[in-house]
Amino acid sequence: MLPEIPILRLGKVYQSLDLQLLKAVATGEAVAKVSFANDGLVKGDLRRMDEARDVLRKVPCQQLLEITAKAGEIFLNDTLPLGADGSMQSPDDYLRQLAATSGLPHTLIRMNMQRLGNIFGEVGTILQGLTRGLDVSILDRGYGEQSGVPVSFNAVTNCLGVIMPSNSPAVNALWIPAIAMKIPVIIKPGREEPWTPWRVIQAFIKAGCPPEAFSYYPTSHEGSGAIIRRAGRVMLFGDDSTVAQHTHDPRIEVHGSGRSKILIGEDKIEHWRDYLDVMIESVSANSGRSCINTSTIVVPKYADEIAKALAEALVDMRPLAANDPAARLSGFANPQFAEWISEAIDTDLETKGARDVSATVRVDERFQTRDGMHYLLPTVTRCDSFEHPLSNKEYLFPFASVVELDQASMLDQIGPSLVVTAITEDQDWITRLLECPDIDRLNVGAHPTNRVQWNQPHEGNLFEFLYRRRAIQIAV
Amino acid sequence: MITESEANDKLDAHLREMVAWHFSPETGCPFWLDWAAGQDWDPREKIQTFADINLFPHFEDEWLRDEKNERFVPKGFGNRPFNVFETGGTTGLPKQRIGWDDYKIDYEMFSDQLEDEFFPRGANWMMVGPTGPRRLRLAIEHLANHRGGSCYFVDMDPRWVKKLIGRKQIDEVERYAKHIVDQAVEILKHRDIQCLFTTPRILEAIGERTSVPGLGIKGVFCGGTTMTPQAVRFWVEEVLEGKARLVPTYGNTLMGLACSVPLDETYSVTYYAPQPRAVLRVVDSKQTDRIVAYGEYGRVELTTLTKEFFMPRFLERDEAIRREPHAPYAWDGVGDVRPFGALEKKIIEGVY
Repeated sequence: MLPEIPILRLGKVYQSLDLQLLKAVATGEAVAKVSFANDGLVKGDLRRMDEARDVLRKVPCQQLLEITAKAGEIFLNDTLPLGADGSMQSPDDYLRQLAATSGLPHTLIRMNMQRLGNIFGEVGTILQGLTRGLDVSILDRGYGEQSGVPVSFNAVTNCLGVIMPSNSPAVNALWIPAIAMKIPVIIKPGREEPWTPWRVIQAFIKAGCPPEAFSYYPTSHEGSGAIIRRAGRVMLFGDDSTVAQHTHDPRIEVHGSGRSKILIGEDKIEHWRDYLDVMIESVSANSGRSCINTSTIVVPKYADEIAKALAEALVDMRPLAANDPAARLSGFANPQFAEWISEAIDTDLETKGARDVSATVRVDERFQTRDGMHYLLPTVTRCDSFEHPLSNKEYLFPFASVVELDQASMLDQIGPSLVVTAITEDQDWITRLLECPDIDRLNVGAHPTNRVQWNQPHEGNLFEFLYRRRAIQIAV
Repeated sequence: MITESEANDKLDAHLREMVAWHFSPETGCPFWLDWAAGQDWDPREKIQTFADINLFPHFEDEWLRDEKNERFVPKGFGNRPFNVFETGGTTGLPKQRIGWDDYKIDYEMFSDQLEDEFFPRGANWMMVGPTGPRRLRLAIEHLANHRGGSCYFVDMDPRWVKKLIGRKQIDEVERYAKHIVDQAVEILKHRDIQCLFTTPRILEAIGERTSVPGLGIKGVFCGGTTMTPQAVRFWVEEVLEGKARLVPTYGNTLMGLACSVPLDETYSVTYYAPQPRAVLRVVDSKQTDRIVAYGEYGRVELTTLTKEFFMPRFLERDEAIRREPHAPYAWDGVGDVRPFGALEKKIIEGVY
């Protein structure tokens, strides 16, 4: 019998009459039924979020941190309720189910699972990082002292709406700390990835978190729209047009394309081979599916050599069986995406000034199928300048462009970049990098872009997004 | 309840009568008489049963914009002034249907289907929806009057809403909805009103503001959009709190009003046309002279057969499941209506 993933309404299971089949990418077989929420229901529940916030507010922050840490262990190891019909899900079930609907090979799911599992235990540190060392009991009382100064924080919302993507399970790491901050979450899972947020929620509940803290709505565009328009704070993942639509709304923290980059300084470029492994990992880790994967490498010279070396290093990254321990390349959950993306790249290549370097080192075409899944082989292009449309593109597979540009011009041309790894020891340039407004996260030195420390802000500081500091004077 | 066979006989007889009316030079309208003059067959001879309706082409609603209204006046109505009712028309000249008494007849028939417990005789009504140049505005007031009550109105301009949605000004849509709900709630609070006509969206919006049954509403007659079983369940259980009756309807200016049978635990809504005055069929969208099997989705086709208006085989912009007859209706129903091609529209969500 197929598991039926229900809706959670302030922690209460609700089975919709609108049941949509979730199918395996490779076989088309149904894997689960998913309860879809009508937007009116979502709107109605959004009006009740004060109830959820009241329940969570009464649990001491330290206790919520302990619950969160425990939830991480449960997420990794326990068999948890899956649906409304008594179905259960072991960690292996989760792995197989997610692989079936996302196209991710088991190896990558294990990696993501471990990464996500570790986040729970680090939420205390994350909170310290985001609050700059605040005594968390201040969030319980609402006020206190920090470094001898009175401080008071009040939540600016009674919930955090989260519109999840389907690309990578680890992105759930971004909302997990909200629970310890006493802010209930309203989650709209990605269409092909209802599994991870559901499992995270179940782990929290088993660890002792009040169920009211969790609302979970697989829903349509209209339902997502209701969350986006009405939740006090929203974390939203989307493409460029989505970002553009919400970029000036202070309620909404948009996670769009990362366009992360590696820049090599003139002082280090002669040793570029020493940094090839950093480039390979940055481009290909997690099958290139994250916004923190490098999509452009900018160098002052040797661009042709670097592009060729990178393309050669990635040529072995090929479709393998989903359960092959050596599998590193993910299939596409939406099979058409692979073809569309490949066609888009070919169309851009018709514009002068770019070459598909990978095409010269691999035997097969970029687009591949295996076991019913659609894949794109890693692709490295060499772009003559940032004027070429491919130079700053980001795709959902290992894709990178290599651009040659003198160091002095780099920061003027890279544009908004979520992560920049700048390989240099040039202090003047490091100063300029630190002041560059286009860079969100900066790594100085040979640090892969995909390795991030979550105790530092990522596309905004979650604590400052959910709380504001107010002045307080108490005379009693 | 009459049998299916009796219903078919009644429909065939009514069809012959309507064809005789619309295609006789003494009673027909210029539009159809001119059309018939261009054919090598006489509808009055050839059209004997409803199966023969396929001899007509699909009626195109563009004709209601391109032709002058006077060309649709049956001579049998003499010089009696007509009402002009509009449909669509977000931009440019809207489509218009003329009429005299059809809306009264249609809504009196509909009234017979309403339960007095939830739509009490003598109770006042409120309509919160598109008024203006629409048939609905007169029809709802007539319905209220016919049942012994009066009707209050709050207008909504759907053309403006469509423009706002087209411009993606969703915040403005919500402000406009609030403006409508503000007016409706104010009247509902201060006047004795027990029956409501509105659209599902506005019903939800009123329900977000206050308890609909708490305002004294006992029955809600709703129409105008797709009603999925889940949405209907939500309106019944949560917006109307299981206390007031929801009566979904499917209708438009061109047809009249198709009623639904009482909802069961599936909350699937099935509509039955007011046969023989209108006939709904569910046809294969690629071969529109073929009716789909029961339980299958197909495109909704409407034929209107009144003395005021003859409209054969108009393809609605909706699709639905063909459903079996259900008492008290001895003819096919259309279930789970949704916009035509709803499942084919691609919704591409961002990947990051």
